[in-house]
Formats: sequence, C-alpha cells, structure tokens
Amino acid sequence: MTMANEAQAAPTQKKQKRRLHPILLAGLIIMTVVVLIGIFAPMWFSESANVQSNDRRMPISADHPLGTDEFGRDLFSRALVATRLTLLLTVAASAISVVIGVTIGTLVWFMPPRVRQLIVGANSVAVAFPNLVIALIIAAILGPGAWTAAFAVGIASVPAFVRLTVNMSSPIMARDYVTTAHLLRVSKYKLIGRHVLPNMAEPLLILTASNFAVTLVELSGLSFIGLGVQSPDYDYGLLLSDALTMIYAQPTQVIGPAVMIVLAGLGAMLIGDGLAASSNPRTRGQRRAMRTGTLRPAPAAANEQAKEQEAAREAAEDPEDEIDVRVRDLRVTAANGTELVKGIDFDVRRREIVGLVGESGSGKSLTAMTLCGLTPEGVTATAGTLVAAGHNMLEPVSSRELAQDIALVYQDPMSTFNPALKLNTQLTEVARTHLGMRPSRARRKLIERFEQLKITSPEHRIGQHPHELSGGMLQRAMIASSLLAEAKLIVADEPTTALDVTVQAEVLRQFVSATQELDASVLFISHDLGVVEALCDRVLVMYRGEIVEELTAEQLGSRRVEHPYTRKLLDAAEYVEAL
Amino acid sequence: MVEKLQGLKGSPWLYFLSQKLLELIVAFVVLVAITFLIVLLIPGDPARVIAGPDASQEHIEFTRQRLDLDLPVWQQFWNYLSGIFTGDLGQSFRTNEEVWNIVAIRLPFTVTIALGAIVVAFIGAIILGMTVAGLTRGNRNRWLDVTFSWASATLQAFPTYVYGAILVAIFAVALGWLPAGGASNVQSYILPIAALSFGAVFSVARIVRRETANVLEMDYMRTARGWRISRLKQYVKYALPNLMASTLTLSGLIFANMIGGAVVIESVFAWPGLGNGVVGAILDRDYPVIRGIILTIGVFAIMTNTMIDIVLAAFDPRTLTAGKAFS
Repeated sequence: MTMANEAQAAPTQKKQKRRLHPILLAGLIIMTVVVLIGIFAPMWFSESANVQSNDRRMPISADHPLGTDEFGRDLFSRALVATRLTLLLTVAASAISVVIGVTIGTLVWFMPPRVRQLIVGANSVAVAFPNLVIALIIAAILGPGAWTAAFAVGIASVPAFVRLTVNMSSPIMARDYVTTAHLLRVSKYKLIGRHVLPNMAEPLLILTASNFAVTLVELSGLSFIGLGVQSPDYDYGLLLSDALTMIYAQPTQVIGPAVMIVLAGLGAMLIGDGLAASSNPRTRGQRRAMRTGTLRPAPAAANEQAKEQEAAREAAEDPEDEIDVRVRDLRVTAANGTELVKGIDFDVRRREIVGLVGESGSGKSLTAMTLCGLTPEGVTATAGTLVAAGHNMLEPVSSRELAQDIALVYQDPMSTFNPALKLNTQLTEVARTHLGMRPSRARRKLIERFEQLKITSPEHRIGQHPHELSGGMLQRAMIASSLLAEAKLIVADEPTTALDVTVQAEVLRQFVSATQELDASVLFISHDLGVVEALCDRVLVMYRGEIVEELTAEQLGSRRVEHPYTRKLLDAAEYVEAL
Repeated sequence: MVEKLQGLKGSPWLYFLSQKLLELIVAFVVLVAITFLIVLLIPGDPARVIAGPDASQEHIEFTRQRLDLDLPVWQQFWNYLSGIFTGDLGQSFRTNEEVWNIVAIRLPFTVTIALGAIVVAFIGAIILGMTVAGLTRGNRNRWLDVTFSWASATLQAFPTYVYGAILVAIFAVALGWLPAGGASNVQSYILPIAALSFGAVFSVARIVRRETANVLEMDYMRTARGWRISRLKQYVKYALPNLMASTLTLSGLIFANMIGGAVVIESVFAWPGLGNGVVGAILDRDYPVIRGIILTIGVFAIMTNTMIDIVLAAFDPRTLTAGKAFS
C-alpha cells in the first residue's frame, strides 16, 4: 500500500542517496509539527484547555479558533493538548509491538523446527485476525483504561512484527555464511546480533512507521468507544467522542480532534511510505515525462506530405493494386530521443511472404507493431506513408476492419495468452466481436482450424486454460485463431523462436500452408536467416534501425549478398546448420 | 485426515476446499480457546473483579458459580465447549437474556454494514483504480497521477470513525438528509456503510491502480489490443481477471479489518450491532455476553478470510494447485 509502488518509473543507473524522497520529507515535516505540539501545547495551553469558564459553546471566533465546549473550555487548545497523551500511548503501544514481535521472531530460531513451525503457523492465523478484535479481547481481560488500551493495541500488532522478523531472518539463517559460522561454533546469539538484526533494520523501520499510524488510529478508536482513555484525561479519541455527543448543538467541535488524528496518522504513514520508496530502487529517480505510444504522419513539407498521402490513398483504394503493405519514411523514436527506426521504406505485395531479418534491438518488432497501428508505449512513431492490409494507417480505420484484415502472431506463446481465460474465449474474440459470429459457430470454426493445425483432441483443448498446454500447442492455437478471421495480412513476430527446434519446423510448415490457403500476405520477422530463407519470397535485412539490404529468395539461396552484416548473419545460420 | 486429503488430489477444487475447511477448524479451535481464557486470565480473583469492588461476599460467590469458576479448569472448558454446540452460552449478567439471543438479534446489523462496506469498497476501488491506471498509462495525464497518489494517500489515512463523524456533521446535522443514528429504516444504512468503506476505497484503489498498470504492460494485453476490441472490453474482460488475484491477496487484510472497523463505527451511529453490544458488555463486565459476541465476531472474521481465499481461487485457478507440484 505504499505510495512509492504506485509509480511506474524508469530504472535509473545512479543512486540518489543524499536527497530525501518527497513523501518522506512531507511525513517528517508533519510528524515534527505534531511532536512539537505534543511537547509544548500542554505547557502553553493547559489553562484554556482545562479550566472551566462561562464562555460556553462559543462559536468559532478570533479568541477561540474552534469555539468552546459546554464547560467553556477552548476546543482548539484541547485538541492541541490531547496530542501529548495520544503520542505517549502510541509510542508505548508501538514499543510493545516491536520489542515483543522481534523477540519472538528471533527466539523461534532457538527452538526445535517443529515448535518453530507451530509458532509461525499460529502467527499467520493471528496476522489475518482483525487487530481491533484482539485489542477488544485484551481490554475485556484487563478492563477499560488508557494504559491497558495501549497494551492491548500493542499486543494486537505483535503478529505483524513476528512475521516480518521470521521472514527477514529465514533467508539469512539459511545462507551459506551463517551455516559456515555455525560450523565454526559461533553462537546463535552472535549470529543473530551480527547478521540477522542489521539486515532487517530497514524493513523494520518501515513497518514501525506504518504501524505507528495504525496504532494511533486504533488507540484513538478504543478511547472513542469508551475503552481507552477515561475522563478527566483526554486524547484525540475521547475528544472526538465528546464532540459526537454534542454534534447537534455544536457540529464544529468535530474539527479539532478529526484534523489532529488525520494529521498525526498521515505523518507517520508518509514516513513509512517514504522510507519504503527510498529503499526501493525501482521507484528511485525520475520518471519519463513524454506522452508515448503515438503514431503521426511525418512532419514533411506540406506539399510533399500531401503527395505521400495521395499515394497512400491510391494504394488503399485501388483494388487492382497488388500492394498490401507500403511503408515510406517510417521513424520510431524512444522517449529519450534515440531514433530506433531510422526512416525505412518497403512494400509487401499480395500473397507475398516477406522476411524481416535482424538481430534483437534492430527495430524489427517496432516496425511490425507500428505498421499494425499498435505503437508500443515508450516510443513515438512518424511515417510518410503507412499502408497495412490496404488500409491507410495514418488515418482512422475502423477497428472491425483492422481486426478482420490484420492478424498477429507473437513470439512467446506462454505470455501472449491471457492466463485467466479459456482458449475458446480468447481465440474466438475477433470472430465474435468483429465478424458477428455466434459463439457456437465460432467455437466450431475454431475446432476446425485446430484440426487443420494438427492439434490433438481440439474439443477438449479449447476448453482449457493456457497454462495447461505446451508452448508448441499454444503457438499453433494462436496461428489457428489468426486463420479464423481470414486475415489479408498476417504479421508473425518470431513465431517459432520460443519453441523447441523439433517443433519449430513442423509449426512453420503448417503456418505457411495455412497462409497460402488464405491468399494472405505475410510479414515474417525473425533473427534466423536459415528459417527465413526456406520460407520467404523476399528478405529485408535490418540493422540498427535501417534496412541495409533487400534480397530475393534466389539471391539469398545462391549467397549473392553484399552487405557485410548480411554475410555475418548467413555465416551464423550456416554454422548452426553445420552443427 | 492427511491420507484422506491425498486421496482427493485428483480434483483440485475438492482438495482446496477440504484444506480450507481444515484451516477453518483450526482457527475456530484457537478462537474457542481464547474466548474461554478471557475470564481465566483476569488478573487476581476473576469472580471478585467481575462482581465489582463493592460487591458482597455472597454476590462474589454467586458470580463464581455462574461462570463455573468453582469447577476445575477442564470441567469449565468442557461446559463452555458443549455450551457452544448446544446453543447455551449462559445468560447476560445484566439483563438475564440468553446470550445467543442477544447475538442473534445484533449479528444481522453488523453483517449488513460490514459486507455492504466490503462490496462498496471493492467495486468503488476497482472502478476508481482501473480508471486512473487507464488514464495515466504510458505517462499520460501526469497531473492525475500525482493528484491521485497524494489524495488517495491522505484520504486512506482517515480512520473510519472520523469519516463517520464528518458524514454525520454534514449529512445528518447540516443538511438533514439522513438519520444520524439508529437502524430504523433503509436510509439509516447509508452513512455507516459509507463511513466504513470510504477509507478502504482509496487504499484498495491504490492497489488496483498499481496492479492494473502492471497488467497493462503484459504481452497478453498487447494481444488483446491486436484484436482491436474496445478499451472497456480490454479492461473488464482481459485485464480485470488478472489483477483480481493480486488485488484480493493484497486487500484481504483490509477487508478482514472491516469487521474491526464495524465495531467502532457502530459507536458513531448508535448502531444496534455486535460492536456496541461488546463495548457495553466490557464496560458492564458482562462476561457471558463478551464471550458470545467476541466468538461470533471472530467466526465472522475467519469466514471472511476463507471466503476471500475461495473467491481468489475462482479468479485464478492456478492458486488451487499452489503448493503442489506444478506441471
């Protein structure tokens, strides 16, 4: 529940040790103010807070910032003076939780494993039990009162500290150097003092700060319901309870204690969150500030742009034109300004299988995703012309047409399926949503496609969850679903890389025969020139965001390549084959 | 028992449920033992303390007898245990009413506001958290990101009873729209449930927002985007089930603590539930009532935890097999 974990931050290399995290700073400021109030308010305001006067139930005024109560006591002073007792009780309760919790959590290591397991098990039951109920039980045993309430609330938080101590110390106690130390007959006391406790100082501090906030709220709650501080003493909780009985006569009486409880609780909580945030490297440092994931027309000279748009429209509208994909001057830029794809051009004609080859990070996947109108977060894209499956992607295209005409097959089948849903539910999504198929018909069609791709017992498979299938089965299933909508363009991003070598060839063969049956064009992305050579009509070699060479299958087959990078890729492929 | 459980391994649900049942039984046994000990752990002579400082010797002995304190401990425990199962927890010292009767009358009031608040908090948090996560994805709307982080951190720090007091001051006293207390009609449920769920909405929404942000970066969400389905469908059908499990795990404690919160909030609204009942009983040293109500609240808390675990398993079937060999 920490604030820090909310932040989706880019990892940074440099540690920022010296600067306080803003959340921690805010918490420390608030807490300092509250503590100062706790120290000085009883010295300065106790007379106006405690001595009865004839100025009863005065409204808010300059003399009485929050008015007075039914005995003529200043409510502002009372709220401030109550701080001391509230803080003292909270500190006492927290001390009880920390000391007892850490002691038990440490002592379990001196007990036989079975006893330890029993205690840890019982503790996990206790952690899940509402704190307030535990506090009520203790209050019932000891009777109502300020210090019994502090004791009760303190005990109620013990399980949380036991759990933290056990969790933090168990990896340390099992680590090699501790085993070594044990063999060297270093006593367990020394072990814990030297290795365990220093290691858990930081998480302990974080939990203590967050728990301080919880304790303060619970203690005030016990006083509020009459089981804590008893009149004539008063803390925040008792003041709030007094205010509630007078709510019709003087609703403003609520303000003082309510503000103080929230302030003190918030201060402690922010300190805990701030500490957690500064200890978590993921959230340290600055965040990206640019809006990303966008695709815009290239900012070219106006007339030139118009011309490009015209060309795109022609390609999109003319049914005779055999162009399925046309890319001109596509640039993809990372949020930090690095150009990842540097103005590439290429076409894919109908029924053509074009390979896009390059090493990881060469920009192949970015190109493919942007082409499909799915520019990833973290980058922005511009293009002079971008046509996919006959649609001008720089203008709005209906999602129905896009879903129907462009199918995607991704790299890792284990992560591209939604783990919470059955195959049938996800794989017939396009057919049902965009093609208006009835669920039963979509299901039947999917079973047919599964059979076509040689997936065993398809009726059973479609009712399974992804984690019940092997990677090869899942990838076949994904391909099957791309065939379901009878797409015009299939973009396959390393569809077989995550698969076994023996399965790879089989899946590829099925993939090709299926796409040929559909008359679809294919953009096939791979880092493996060997695979691409066997499959594609034409190959584009990408290197550092640029297309460095374009080859026909024939050229590639006879090894007539020019660019040294392509040569290297070829050598690598041959080397692998030779193995 | 263990052999029996292993025999059920063929069906993950049966195995899971029987394991939950076992946990439930253990927790219940612990609870019974603790409530039994409430009286015995009273420092000094329990009978004397319970009867009060001015009680006559005769009254002290009478109290001792009523609580079985004159019997050996094992006998006391047996009487207590058999009492629980035969529906006899004794009578209230103050009103001589049957304790089960008191519990039966008060329980529905507490359950309604606690469950109502859990449902309201959960739905509210999911809508709020997913909306914020969607609007701030990929660093869109930075202002909303910052505002939400600080506002939710502040608003979740408000204790339920402070929300209660503020809500009463505004809606009952200043505006006069809703009753300030009691449970006389349907409207009187609104403020207690609102007070109880408000803080939880924000703390759970923070979890939902963080989990949604994680899920949105997953490959399978890219797959769903590739199917060009509406953003609402992407979020509700494809993202929601995947963030449910972690959200429930992380917010389970918040919901379990709602029962504790209900005890306090009843005091704000003079609610005729178990919370006010137990507080009154503690102040009156009415130990049969204390035992009965704490036992009931405890069972309710245990049941809530178990229910959360079961819902969790329904959303994420993988948790069913957790702990077993993963194939």
